[in-house]
Amino acid sequence: MIVSKRAPLPGWIQLLVPVGAVLATLLLSAIPILIAGGDLWLSYVSLFRGALGTRYNFLETCVKAAPLTFTGLAVAFAFRAKFWNIGAEGQLLAGAIAAAWVGIYAPPLPKALVLLLVCAAGFLAGGAWATIPALLKTKYRVDDVVTTLLLNYVMWHLMGYLLFGPLQMPGSSWPRSPAVAEIARFPVLLIRSRFHLGIVIALVAVLVVWFVNSKTVFGYQSRAVGVNPRAAAFGGINVNAVIMKTALLSGGLAGLAGVGEVVAIHFHLLMDISPGFGYSGIVIAMLGRLHPVGTVLSAFFFSVIIVGAQSMSRLTGVPTYIAEVIQGMALIVMLIALLLTEYRVKAVRD
Amino acid sequence: MEQIMTTAFITGLLAAMMRMATPIIFGTLGEILCERAGVLNLGIEGIMLMGAMTGFLTTLTTGSLWLGVAAAALVGVLLSLFMAFLAVYLGLSQHVSGLGITLFSTGLAMFIYRLAVGSPVNPPTVRPFTQTAIPFLSELPVVGPAFFNQYVLVYIALLLVPLVWILLYRTSWGLAIRTVGENPFAADTVGIDVNLTRTLCLAAGGALMGVGGAFLTLAHQNMFLIDVVGGRGWIAVAMVIFGNWDPAKGMAGAMIFGFLDALQLRLQGLGFNIPFHLFLIIPYLMTVVALVGVSRRAAAPAGLLKPYRREEKG
Amino acid sequence: MSRPDIPCTHTEERTPVVEMRSIRKTFLDVVANRDVDFALYEGEICALLGENGAGKTTLMNILFGYYAADGGEIRIGGEKVSLSSPRDAIARRVGMVHQHFTLVPSQTVLENTVVGSGGGFFLDMGKARRKLLELQNRFGLHVDPDAPVWTLPIGGQQKVEILKALYRNARILILDEPTAVLAPLETKELFATLRALAAEGCSVVFISHKLYEVMEIADRVVVLSKGAVAAERATRDTNERELANLMVGRELEERRHAGSKNLGDPALEIRSLSIKNDKGLEAVKELSLAIRSGEILGMAGVSGNGQRELAEALFGLRVPDGGDVLLGGEPLPPGRPKAAVDRKMGRIPEDRMTTGLLLELTVEENLVLENHASFRSLGMLDHAAIGRHADGLIDEFGIKTDGRRAVARTLSGGNLQKIILARELSASPRAVVAAQPTRGLDVGAIEYVHKRILEARRSGAAILLISEDLDEIFLLADRIAVMYEGRIMGVAERDEASREQVGLWMSGVSEPCA
Repeated sequence: MIVSKRAPLPGWIQLLVPVGAVLATLLLSAIPILIAGGDLWLSYVSLFRGALGTRYNFLETCVKAAPLTFTGLAVAFAFRAKFWNIGAEGQLLAGAIAAAWVGIYAPPLPKALVLLLVCAAGFLAGGAWATIPALLKTKYRVDDVVTTLLLNYVMWHLMGYLLFGPLQMPGSSWPRSPAVAEIARFPVLLIRSRFHLGIVIALVAVLVVWFVNSKTVFGYQSRAVGVNPRAAAFGGINVNAVIMKTALLSGGLAGLAGVGEVVAIHFHLLMDISPGFGYSGIVIAMLGRLHPVGTVLSAFFFSVIIVGAQSMSRLTGVPTYIAEVIQGMALIVMLIALLLTEYRVKAVRD
Repeated sequence: MEQIMTTAFITGLLAAMMRMATPIIFGTLGEILCERAGVLNLGIEGIMLMGAMTGFLTTLTTGSLWLGVAAAALVGVLLSLFMAFLAVYLGLSQHVSGLGITLFSTGLAMFIYRLAVGSPVNPPTVRPFTQTAIPFLSELPVVGPAFFNQYVLVYIALLLVPLVWILLYRTSWGLAIRTVGENPFAADTVGIDVNLTRTLCLAAGGALMGVGGAFLTLAHQNMFLIDVVGGRGWIAVAMVIFGNWDPAKGMAGAMIFGFLDALQLRLQGLGFNIPFHLFLIIPYLMTVVALVGVSRRAAAPAGLLKPYRREEKG
Repeated sequence: MSRPDIPCTHTEERTPVVEMRSIRKTFLDVVANRDVDFALYEGEICALLGENGAGKTTLMNILFGYYAADGGEIRIGGEKVSLSSPRDAIARRVGMVHQHFTLVPSQTVLENTVVGSGGGFFLDMGKARRKLLELQNRFGLHVDPDAPVWTLPIGGQQKVEILKALYRNARILILDEPTAVLAPLETKELFATLRALAAEGCSVVFISHKLYEVMEIADRVVVLSKGAVAAERATRDTNERELANLMVGRELEERRHAGSKNLGDPALEIRSLSIKNDKGLEAVKELSLAIRSGEILGMAGVSGNGQRELAEALFGLRVPDGGDVLLGGEPLPPGRPKAAVDRKMGRIPEDRMTTGLLLELTVEENLVLENHASFRSLGMLDHAAIGRHADGLIDEFGIKTDGRRAVARTLSGGNLQKIILARELSASPRAVVAAQPTRGLDVGAIEYVHKRILEARRSGAAILLISEDLDEIFLLADRIAVMYEGRIMGVAERDEASREQVGLWMSGVSEPCA
């Protein structure tokens, strides 16, 4: 195989790449569906109906898209600076824990302030957890992939300790926290649904990240560091400071994903508060080409898959894990599609 | 406190250490082969899970443990070849390719298992490997039962360490692998096929990773659970760094981790007043601390992470 | 395709050992080799001459099997061959010493020599060592087989490269710009080795852009210009001037630029600077230098004598162990590139692509790398102002690009250097540190860089020009200093310095020559 660089493609083609990847992924999904013995047509229909067919379903898809948007933004922002944040899962949990703490022992303040406190706590907890591997990277040159990953497991067990200990619901033997006080819960914004404030916050986050990326000095520096840290340093940019700030923002966004799950969906802190949202964030970020708008669209796509897979499973017997399979396939398809925009591939036989 | 110092306790601890360390040794050796050739294989966690699942299902259906191990190795090879296609031939980012393989494999493992087994109340089990005693050596006090009355796969893992060492440092293949990892241009100009070398190393590494996963469901335990690998793949990646990309030192790291893992389990049982979840954290924290400790002298193969293409001058 | 007339009488009767006919090679949209015919005869040293980008390396990489030609044929020993990889070329006894060494620094000489040379599954180092030592004695290339390559001086490493080829029974040896990294004494050694090889019947291709070396070592010279063969001569039938004109295709002006007229106070002072390199060894040893404003100080010396570390320290990328640097009388805080930027030091780094540019970003984003924070309105980046600034610079410096939003990667080497010049020189810097600013550039780009450096001098900047190209130093410098093993061997005014003296200093000889 010969891979040779090609001239840069015009912008509009670049935009089509994720779309093409999505379509290719949906087509390839037929394979696991068929292997599972599911009816192909029924599967696709039930997937889309289940995710988008009714008002309630559509709003549920939006609900599920919120944490995915947050983790997607977290990973996208970090990857852009080549801070390989695989620890969004742990940062999410940190945010969830902090939000639960504030939410359970909610101080007697007006609701708006309490909500602000909850979000701030979650953001800072997630951000702080992300700065640990960032510090290790800048000060000791320890690989960020491994440390962010390992810290996921540390935070997971930390949460286990808390849920079997100080944060456990009194009288219960399950790892479950007391309920979050009413005042600390995100209000539902649309009747007959679970569409909550967190979704709006997620959309605001998209705008904020977009703004930071394109309009601020920090956004420029973050990108420069991601492209070539040596040249960035040469130009006078404080690379370590940029990495730390990037980690803080990235971890904070992941933390907000945790906040939403606790104060809007489950109203308790649980061990399985996150079915891998942090890892999904990686796929979502790549599919969105590390751009905030692409990320939120891609988060919505994955939400469709996840929500739709539930109803597909009920109607066709295809295991719900097909959502994870599709997610993995989507990442790989997207990678290949990205490559094809930059290189020409020719199979060569000698 | 006296309970800790009994021979029974120490023997039990060391035996458990070997059991805990073995899958990591397989993973570390596999990852060393990949990284020495210049490819960071972050698919290891997913490959180990697929190996665990495939091995388990194969044994469940055929009744043969070794067939399960072979199937796990094969699955490891196939997934690694896919990794080779993405990262070596297409030259995609090794970080993201590997993570993609892990995510894909994780979903696939759960999907296939659910298809094959459904969701029964009692998950199916197999009759796992039994321990095989090495005559005479297993009679030695303390170390006898701990090291020489183990599963065959443990012996295999330990044997592979010097074998991989010899391969890397005493054979022409090993020199070729190391050169490909340090300076692929140098290897190319003496006629070594860089991409083929990387692919073969990935395949061999993948086989080892698969077997490491199978150990978890066919020897260590006797059933398949979604979190059976539980981050051991990532520990193996850390151990490669910790061992400075050397098989013997990597094994030492794996044993240290296995020791801490085994210790934490036993200390819980002894009623120490520290909540057991915090014990679970110890091995991971120690790994992070160890990485910081070695970071100064850690010397990754210079060609790691860079896809190799003949220079396209403009 | 017509070949230029060549009165090479000594080659008419013999069949060539290598024959390349009508070789064509294109990269993307650049034609690197255009219908090139090239022949090599037994026992000769043939030079392949041309400026940077003329296609010499590409042609030889095709002969070495590293690239596949798009058209044409190759014959070795009269037989038509198809070379799809270096493995095939090596089997045909072709060896190549590349510009960038193909060695693994952490491995030993023996390991580097033996890799990939076949001979059984288990390494037989004893046998390999014997063969290597035999080759060393035969050709006078002595290196310790067990030494890790990184401990060897560059000349020693080059010997290992040559030994690698000889170990594989090379009869055709290609060397790509081998003297670029050698001191004059080491060059003499290399030439002796090449002559010995030719005497044994090997054929040598010597790629170079240095005219006087070509005249000294080669029997025959083939001149490439813009991808095509411009001429072929026997060296005894031509001279440097003719070759220079053939290389560039026009009459080259031969002049030195006039000396500086307005020298001011020392603007850049380096005081007793000591710097360690990456391996922890002393690379710069208590170096002191003072450069006045309006002066160009040319720092000559072969690469590897501490110039890189010196430049990095001045850029702020490396912290010295001792000594200090004064810019305009004020000490420059070490290890902080921002300080150098703020104090108006123009810096032109040696590796422009890895250190000076963000290739994935756009031209305008590269142009404002150092001063992006000053383009702010209401706290946000003012893209319009950045755009205007970039357009202005693109215009002023004649940067050939598809607009300011083009990705930097798409620009040519010369234009990339223009980006750096525009960024570093446009704000009237007080001092300029330029490290190897014309490396790898074609003649037009080189002239432009020189023009800009002279302009900066006219504006009163104190300029430190670090260059391994002696011609460039002699062309531009008001004073010439030579760096050797981290120290300054000597400093001379432009009118006092002779090439011989400087060459001796470069080789570490400190006595003045008569």
